[in-house]
Amino acid sequence: MTAAAIDALQDAVRAAASGGGRLRIRGSGSKDFYGGALEGDVLDTRALRGIVAYAPTELVVTARAGTQLAEIEDELARHGQMLAFEPPRHGPGATLGGVVACGFSGPRRAAAGAVRDFVLGVRIVDGTGEALAFGGQVIKNVAGFDVSRLMAGALGTLGVLTEISLKCVPLPRVERTRAIDCDAADAIRRCNEWGGRPLPISATCHVAGRLWVRLSGAGPAVSAAAVEIGGADADDAAPWRAIRDQTHPFFAPAVTGPVPLWRLSVRSTAPCDDLGCDTLVEWGGALRWLVPRAPVEASRLRAWAAAHGGHATLYRAQDKSPGVFQPLAPAMAGLHERLKRTFDPHGILNHGRLYPAF
Amino acid sequence: MLDPAFTSALAAIVPGEALLTSAEDTRPYECDGLTLYRELPAAVVLPDDEAQVVRILELCHAARVPVVARGAGTSLSGGALPIADGVVLSLAKFRRIVSIDPLSRTAVVEPGVRNLAVSEAAAACGLFYAPDPSSQIACSIGGNVAENAGGVHCLKYGLTVHNVRKVRGVLVTGEIVEFGSDALDAPGYDLLALVTGSEGLLAVITQVTVKLLPKPREARVVLAAFDDLEKAGAAVGAVIGAGIIPGGLEMMDQPATRAVEPFVHAGYPLDAAAVLLVEADGTPEEVESEIAEIRQVLTAGGATSLRVSADEAERLLLWSGRKAAFPAVGRISPDYYCIDGTIPRAALPRVLAQIEAWSRDYGLPCANVFHAGDGNLHPLILFDAEKPGDKERTIEFGDRILELCIEVGGTITGEHGVGIEKIRGMCAQFPPGALERFHGVKRAFDERALLNPGKGVPTLARCAEFGRMHVHAGALPHPDLPRF
Repeated sequence: MTAAAIDALQDAVRAAASGGGRLRIRGSGSKDFYGGALEGDVLDTRALRGIVAYAPTELVVTARAGTQLAEIEDELARHGQMLAFEPPRHGPGATLGGVVACGFSGPRRAAAGAVRDFVLGVRIVDGTGEALAFGGQVIKNVAGFDVSRLMAGALGTLGVLTEISLKCVPLPRVERTRAIDCDAADAIRRCNEWGGRPLPISATCHVAGRLWVRLSGAGPAVSAAAVEIGGADADDAAPWRAIRDQTHPFFAPAVTGPVPLWRLSVRSTAPCDDLGCDTLVEWGGALRWLVPRAPVEASRLRAWAAAHGGHATLYRAQDKSPGVFQPLAPAMAGLHERLKRTFDPHGILNHGRLYPAF
Repeated sequence: MLDPAFTSALAAIVPGEALLTSAEDTRPYECDGLTLYRELPAAVVLPDDEAQVVRILELCHAARVPVVARGAGTSLSGGALPIADGVVLSLAKFRRIVSIDPLSRTAVVEPGVRNLAVSEAAAACGLFYAPDPSSQIACSIGGNVAENAGGVHCLKYGLTVHNVRKVRGVLVTGEIVEFGSDALDAPGYDLLALVTGSEGLLAVITQVTVKLLPKPREARVVLAAFDDLEKAGAAVGAVIGAGIIPGGLEMMDQPATRAVEPFVHAGYPLDAAAVLLVEADGTPEEVESEIAEIRQVLTAGGATSLRVSADEAERLLLWSGRKAAFPAVGRISPDYYCIDGTIPRAALPRVLAQIEAWSRDYGLPCANVFHAGDGNLHPLILFDAEKPGDKERTIEFGDRILELCIEVGGTITGEHGVGIEKIRGMCAQFPPGALERFHGVKRAFDERALLNPGKGVPTLARCAEFGRMHVHAGALPHPDLPRF
């Protein structure tokens, strides 16, 4: 059945290649809101379903791209393991392929790494319709260019992901969340200072005058750290899942309303300047979610993010005319366009989803 | 031979002593850590700064002269092997640690800075740079990025690709580019991941921003002996299956322990078929509970003896044998050849048994050191280059081990890179379609194929010569494809 699904997918790509058509890769559609234009006929990946291989003692899981994240994470949890990058779902049907293609990582990212850090291998169908495999199912592998990690965050513009191998890690023995009331500047300062100490901090979030800190690890280490960082134990309202999937009230004006949501990825020590927005800070200061209180110039946010070592993404918006992603320098843009031509010479796959030019 | 006009243009870019052209001067650059392959370059140039790198690359690009970038020259795969008609671009003068920011936990360093020097400089802030290849006292960061270097702690702390934030470099056209950012990600394709491990084929690195980690407050290591290799292998799986990710998890077989013990006097049990070194690090509370768990798992797994380091001196002593494995083997054999492949750990008994059988067949002793936690195997084949046929049989033995790694679902290189050494193995591991995409990636960065040509990715024509690629009716697939 899977072989047939891949054949059908290759046929669709080849037909588009010969007929001048375009294809829009889609799993559950939970991330349709993300990125640039949605162009072309829908290429549904949900027939590519199921965990292909999982050996807990090898710390590697391989699953087809259309497999639901929930299914994979449940199976890992049954064996005491997890996906360390805490993939955001943004919807109940979210698939593995979608989260890898979007390059999304959740609250644990600053401590554990991003989705690209855990991708070990991929199978794809590229824009010529050829089925290709890169990387593998082992943790250390430097044979050939690292095309697997290149696929993470490429938004499907270089190929249709059909199968992905990921490194998984043991679940922490203990998790505990502390809450500390302080302002954002104080929270960012504290998080950076803690970052220099060997503390088992697995996530941080500052919103509405409160800093939440999640500790994960061996029981004694978590207890000692809880004392060291201070604050009080949080109740069941600890916000991690709500932040991961943007169901937290902070995101409501953008998720259910017309207000844009900006994602600013910056140096963790970047200051807490007033940009005319409500702000939620994650990743020890390195990730700032901004909901404008009044219309704000995209160029202003982009300039601020660049001045602080990073970039700004228009994560959710009804009007995407300012461009979703930070523009690339000319030499980088040239590399992107040439890479695109290597994997998708006819410009079929997810055209315009990453940058308008391709 | 280089065109004299080209040589004088090169001489105009750098100070006189920074351009070497006589065989006497270029001889030290004829090989890297893999001495099986040697080639004298037409010239060696040692720029002082990025502006000179830009001008050198512009000149080479215009004149279509190949360029091999070189750091400390410790590559074990011939990644820095010169090209006879080409230029070696040495980054040896790029030795500055530009800045260390303890608050954001990053260091900005030039590519010629030694790996260990980064951790030494960061120690004052209680921080360290995690990747620690065995050559860390000598190897430099630029080379680490080019090879995606690993080390004994990468199961827990990751490879170079997990510990680098930003790479600044120069394309062969002279354009300056930055991959990654000072944030945790960057817009567009993840070219930082693509460039890491690209073996000098895509860009010349001029500056690297690395991530620093807080030093664990304590570390202790358990030395466990096993009377059977298979039991030792199973115990590794049991440790991980118990939910423990040790700071280090290494295995050495008996030929390896017997080679190193007289060299380091670590007290390794020489009657054991294999020993494991399992390290716990973290807060004192974490280390204590983890060591207790590790002891329990190893005992249940059939360890015949256990020794836990009592203090830092003993910990370093127990590690010294592992870190000195290569030089120790070099002491007992005129020559040795280090193989680097990765396998799924479950395949370990089969692979080690086959290596042992081949070792007998070839009459070449083989000691195994193994990054057991992440499945990265380093068989060391002992040979004598002076003995007729020994070198050829050694290379053949090594190739067979790597083909076995592929067969069991692994890879021909875990951390040493393809370089010139594993070009043949690439033909076995990747079908033509994947190799063509690699060439496409190369062309996207370097259309004229001037940066380290002949390394990393084999031409389809070469694979055909090796007889490891199916050539249909004598016709190469895609005959129009440029070859490099």
